[in-house]
Amino acid sequence: MVKYATMPVIETRNLTYTYPEAAKASIVDVSIRIEKGEFVLITGPSGCGKTTLCRCFNGLIPHFYHGTLEGEITVAGLNVKEHPTYEMAKYVGLVFQNPENQLFALSVEKDVAFGLENLGVPRDEIRSRVDWAMKITGIYELRERAPYELSGGQQQRVAIASVLAMKPDVIVLDEPTSFLDPLGAKKIFEVIHRLNRELGITIVLVEHRLDLTVKYADHIIIMQDGKVILEGDPHKILDSEDMRLIGVGIPKVTRLYQLLKADGVKFHGKVPLSPEEMAEKVRRILKTHD
Amino acid sequence: MIEVQDLHFTYPSGVEALKGISLKIEDGEFVAIMGENGAGKTTLVKHFNGLLKPTKGRVIVNGIETTKVSVATLARKVGFVFQNPDHQLFAETVEEEISFALRNFGFSPSVIEKRVTWALNLLGLMQYRKTSPFMLSGGERKRVALASVLAWDPEILILDEPTIGQDYQQKENLRQFIMQLRTQGKTVLVVTHDVEFVAECNPRVLLMRGGKLIADGAARKVLTDPEILAQSSIVPPQITQLFIELSSLGFPSDIIDLYEARETLLKAFGAAAK
Ligand SMILES: Nc1ncnc2c1ncn2[C@@H]1O[C@H](COP(=O)(O)OP(=O)(O)OP(=O)(O)O)[C@@H](O)[C@H]1O
Ligand SMILES: Nc1ncnc2c1ncn2[C@@H]1O[C@H](COP(=O)(O)OP(=O)(O)OP(=O)(O)O)[C@@H](O)[C@H]1O
Ligand SMILES: [Mg+2]
Ligand SMILES: [Mg+2]
Repeated sequence: MVKYATMPVIETRNLTYTYPEAAKASIVDVSIRIEKGEFVLITGPSGCGKTTLCRCFNGLIPHFYHGTLEGEITVAGLNVKEHPTYEMAKYVGLVFQNPENQLFALSVEKDVAFGLENLGVPRDEIRSRVDWAMKITGIYELRERAPYELSGGQQQRVAIASVLAMKPDVIVLDEPTSFLDPLGAKKIFEVIHRLNRELGITIVLVEHRLDLTVKYADHIIIMQDGKVILEGDPHKILDSEDMRLIGVGIPKVTRLYQLLKADGVKFHGKVPLSPEEMAEKVRRILKTHD
Repeated sequence: MIEVQDLHFTYPSGVEALKGISLKIEDGEFVAIMGENGAGKTTLVKHFNGLLKPTKGRVIVNGIETTKVSVATLARKVGFVFQNPDHQLFAETVEEEISFALRNFGFSPSVIEKRVTWALNLLGLMQYRKTSPFMLSGGERKRVALASVLAWDPEILILDEPTIGQDYQQKENLRQFIMQLRTQGKTVLVVTHDVEFVAECNPRVLLMRGGKLIADGAARKVLTDPEILAQSSIVPPQITQLFIELSSLGFPSDIIDLYEARETLLKAFGAAAK
């Protein structure tokens, strides 16, 4: 595991939040610690509080969504409760679950440039970062189009590009590829993985589809009913046949491994999280019998 | 039956989204439409309930050309769930949202009550009956959109990206429900990027690219065909990826099903041990 420092970039203590007029809290007593440079995957059933937690990381909660926030939260060294969202935006970028809620400019290019202009980045720098972000997300050809006249997946690419262009310390992505075609999704995950490894950008990724993502993660957080119920190293978590994993979409090859193990097949080493890791295990078994 | 004859469609902005599509979907078929972003999938299915009208060519649904009837008339037969639930939801409560179409179609209050309860149960939304759809999570909102269409039991169901935001359990419920619809002879069309979901359902797959249809066949064929995969933006399902990795050892690479994978490997391990 690559670690760039031992300082947490996100830390919450007993964080509990209730939306205005809601009958119950949407996140309950959440205490987590995310180190600088980690790639963290958050998953759990629909409605368990993943988006709500993301909204705390960039200050949308409590500055935009009021309600009641109890407990402590520090992000990039700042107490989120005391710093407005425009200040948090210098350090934390959030890709929204619904891309449409993030797009507002008249052209793709203007949308991607918007955040950088707000930060007062020099013109040339904006130009090169915007071009870079549009190219790696595959929307360079669409740069003059209006965001509301794009397909769902094209819009989602714009939303991702506008956050990547900022290169903030922490990038939070809330199901960022739900509208993307499979190859597009794969490429985006590779890009954020590279930003994580090469630039040390901390990645917090919310995803239901672990088959696409778990192989990149250093740390996985599983939530249920607003609480964190399991947390730690992905290989360890997915190796446990914990009842609490039921309902979590564990990767198909991991499931295959578990079925074969139950059939009495003896495997060596860690639980596989990707087809490559599983293929290696199969080869090894066939070889030992040669 | 849905029949599409040389369909072309150009948006007012000048984007040519469909460039000559012809196809037939029989009653009771389960079809998944897949393909790269911007391929024209949403544009195509919006023609099936008359939301869009062809620039050229014809779309015939149950014998009626879509240009000859209103969207309202078609709606009774063709249920459509939008890619983005926010384009669909408007009511003050989840219950209101689901009842709305039922009331419009003239169902009696007691039937409406039954259907609403049934749909809320099916999609795990019972606790939100009196809640505003705008106070729900992304996945929950998508399920409200699904519920509001499933409730009126249309003959043809079009679901644009139904698995977005859904956890494994919800997807499994949806899959079982679709399978059940098939036994009732309903036609189900899903537009989706979710290859694992398609692998589990094994429907007929239509693959689109650049406004055209580039493949049409069983999921097992389309999702494992190297030539097709190379020209589309599809990444094969994990099980297939595994067998592609293992193909040099003589394994077949056209496996998409978890249980078939298990049998195949058990056999190979058994043979090797002897
Ligand atoms: N309202 C619109 N006005 C103009 N062009 C549009 C509009 N909606 C979509 N387009 C364009 O039409 C083409 C087809 O879009 P469509 O939404 O049908 O794609 P799709 O296959 O559903 O893609 P996705 O997987 O991203 O949802 C794209 O090039 C898109 O940019
Ligand atoms: N604006 C809001 N007002 C009141 N309650 C809300 C609001 N947004 C979400 N909730 C509720 O808070 C809980 C957590 O929602 P959240 O959006 O965080 O879930 P999630 O884990 O992101 O789900 P999904 O996977 O479906 O996106 C849910 O019960 C939801 O109904
Ligand atoms: Mg969410
Ligand atoms: Mg679409």
